[in-house]
Amino acid sequence: MVADESQTAVPSIDTRRLVDRPLVLCYYFAALAYLVISMLGGILMALQLVRWNVLEGIEWLSPGRWRMVHTNAVAYGFLANAFLGTLHWAIPRLSLRPVLSRSLSWFIFWAWQFIVVATAAGLVLGPSLQAEPWVVKLASRWHIPLSVGAQALEWGETPFWIDPLALLGLALVAVNFMAPIVRTPGPMYVSLWYFMAAFVWTFLTYAMGNFLPEYVVPGTSAGAIAGLFIHDLVGLFVTPLGWGLMYYFVPIMLKKPIWSHGLSLVGFWGLAFFYPLQGIHHFLYTPIPMFLQYGAVISTIAVELVVTTVIINFAGTLWGRGRDFWDNLPIRWFYTGMVFYFLTCLQCALQVTLTFQKLIHFSDWVVGHAHLVMFGVFSMWLFGVMTYLFPRLLDRQWASRALCEWHYWLSAGGILVMSSDLILAGIFQGYWWAALLPWDVSVMGSRPFWIIRLVAGLCMAAGVVCFLINIAWTARAGSRAADR
Amino acid sequence: MFESKGGVLLIGGLGFFLLAFLANGVVPILLYRHIPEKTAEEVVNRRILYQFEELSRRYPESFEAAFGEVSVQTCAEALRLGRQVYISEGCWHCHSQYVRPVSNESRRWGDVSRSEEYQNELQRPVLFGTRRVGPDLSREGSRHSNDWHAVHFFQPTLVSPDSPMPRYQWLFDGSPDRPNRRGLALITYIQWLGSWLDSYPYYEDLQELEQEDF
Ligand code: HEC
Ligand code: HEM
Repeated sequence: MVADESQTAVPSIDTRRLVDRPLVLCYYFAALAYLVISMLGGILMALQLVRWNVLEGIEWLSPGRWRMVHTNAVAYGFLANAFLGTLHWAIPRLSLRPVLSRSLSWFIFWAWQFIVVATAAGLVLGPSLQAEPWVVKLASRWHIPLSVGAQALEWGETPFWIDPLALLGLALVAVNFMAPIVRTPGPMYVSLWYFMAAFVWTFLTYAMGNFLPEYVVPGTSAGAIAGLFIHDLVGLFVTPLGWGLMYYFVPIMLKKPIWSHGLSLVGFWGLAFFYPLQGIHHFLYTPIPMFLQYGAVISTIAVELVVTTVIINFAGTLWGRGRDFWDNLPIRWFYTGMVFYFLTCLQCALQVTLTFQKLIHFSDWVVGHAHLVMFGVFSMWLFGVMTYLFPRLLDRQWASRALCEWHYWLSAGGILVMSSDLILAGIFQGYWWAALLPWDVSVMGSRPFWIIRLVAGLCMAAGVVCFLINIAWTARAGSRAADR
Repeated sequence: MFESKGGVLLIGGLGFFLLAFLANGVVPILLYRHIPEKTAEEVVNRRILYQFEELSRRYPESFEAAFGEVSVQTCAEALRLGRQVYISEGCWHCHSQYVRPVSNESRRWGDVSRSEEYQNELQRPVLFGTRRVGPDLSREGSRHSNDWHAVHFFQPTLVSPDSPMPRYQWLFDGSPDRPNRRGLALITYIQWLGSWLDSYPYYEDLQELEQEDF
């Protein structure tokens, strides 16, 4: 298997020359910088909800705008950068060939940072320009709902003029990485299936979501497309890249192959078929026709079965090596993420039913779910990958194992508390609303939950601070690594 | 096929994506294509013109500077700008715009949402929303007066003491009785929501509109 080859490095190939290490490092630093910004945005919004926001009344610190920065910085700043960096490590080593072009890679890096910064600037400063005569003139001249601020598409708030640039960027990313993959002879390793599919899906998803509901169809049909977009962005961009990395790193670290190749096949093809069919489950009980809503619900439940096979496969891989869960930090990050993944999917199979939807839709339950997936699963996996790669990229060992542990426990504990707290809050909110109590009852009743969420969020942020300190120490003073 | 590049790219990557797009995207588009899409001018109605006029009398100087005079044209302009403010300030992440047929929502807010309501320029992309920190706004029009909204946007806690809704002081020139262009537009947009419905539902202190003025 290819993964094993890269492990025992065929003598004629120097893996050091395959991977552009400074590039991977730059991607990671950018990713962590946006993670910090995003978390600050989250904390600002959390403070606002419990009315402890002392910065209220400052236009460019408006919590509404920063909530959008929060989600966009996480998706396009943190996750995308961390994935791109890791792919620059994994794909050349899997295919034993460098990416198409080193300078193209660096161009993409800078172009992507421009896109993320421009998005953040647009979200924060754009609204202030809205009533400026030149903006109004442009808007009426072109007669489109033109905005220098956000667009009304969740996760696609990116100001309209950035959309085509981002799409071009995604196309370049695909070309750059596909070059080594297509030149690899023979059948491909599991990770490469996921990566290849993800390049196609991400491009198509982005194009669909950022252009159709804005320029082609309005209303309910636009809602159906928007649902598909939110869903595919998680399911066809983040999820396949995440699982592809798991199929790559877990066997390397455990030094044994994945338990069952058959189950890997079921997992990939099951995801590819069922996942995209579920977009409408984000808008149940809207005017979207009921038969489409039922279809989305059923395929959602189907994909949870597929997920179970993937989890079984990875549990089988770890079987007999339970000790590694405690001793091997990246493995611990990975498998914790997988436990959360299973929990999220279990939660999803419940919440997608119309019975649950009546109660929990619009409530904090959904926010709890979102954090469980994005932080509990994908951020955990990426932290694991970074914990594994930083020593190799910097050629040193971690300066402090204790800080690594703090990072892990603060993150794992924080997300567990945050998501269970919000899920519980959601149930309460649902009942308060359905009971027709005055709205204030639900707002005041949520306060204790929101305070706990704030504390849990601060723990998660503290975990990241530990990580950053550790990286700084390692880069400055760490001892030279003995291993590779 | 299942492990080959062609299979993964064409069947998994392209094929399944298109299948889902057909099923989840194209079907609703075809189902609703016969409902004509209205422009902002076409959705201006007597009720919102009444509110717009009221704004022009209550805040004459601000209104004059922002929109000049009351007309279908300027009202549509205000709706467009108001919607932009609503989007870019992130109101739609705390307020939804659809009433579901379950959980007593139609008793709290009024008629269950229908597709026709969303078939207009101001729902591109649609503002269904996914979170309710505050109440649904799709039937908000005329539930409160214009000056209530002005005070509420200036500082929500003045009228709703426990509100976690942020202040929007930059929609005003210093005080709640001087809304600027963006502020007037936002109030117009909020008052427009639900104004196309025949009936206004049960709510705290609902007052019927006086329509004789038109
Ligand atoms: C942090 C979440 C949040 C944001 C952001 C937010 N709101 Fe609110 N909003 C609330 C809450 C909570 C209430 C209920 C308490 C109150 O009346 O202030 C509310 C109430 C309202 C009401 C009164 C509803 C009624 O019928 O009583 C209106 C109108 C409103 N918001 C409009 C807006 C607009 C317009 C924006 C954007 C400029 C906005 N909100 C942004 C949370 C928010
Ligand atoms: C410092 C830690 C964090 C805090 C305090 C925090 C807080 C918040 C708050 C207050 C919201 C708005 C919720 C609402 O509308 O009611 C939110 C939304 C969201 N956050 Fe965070 N967050 C944190 C970290 C993260 C991280 C690291 C991620 C992803 C990796 C993340 C992903 C999301 C997502 C996806 C949403 C949108 C939820 C939805 O619309 O359903 N958050 N967060």
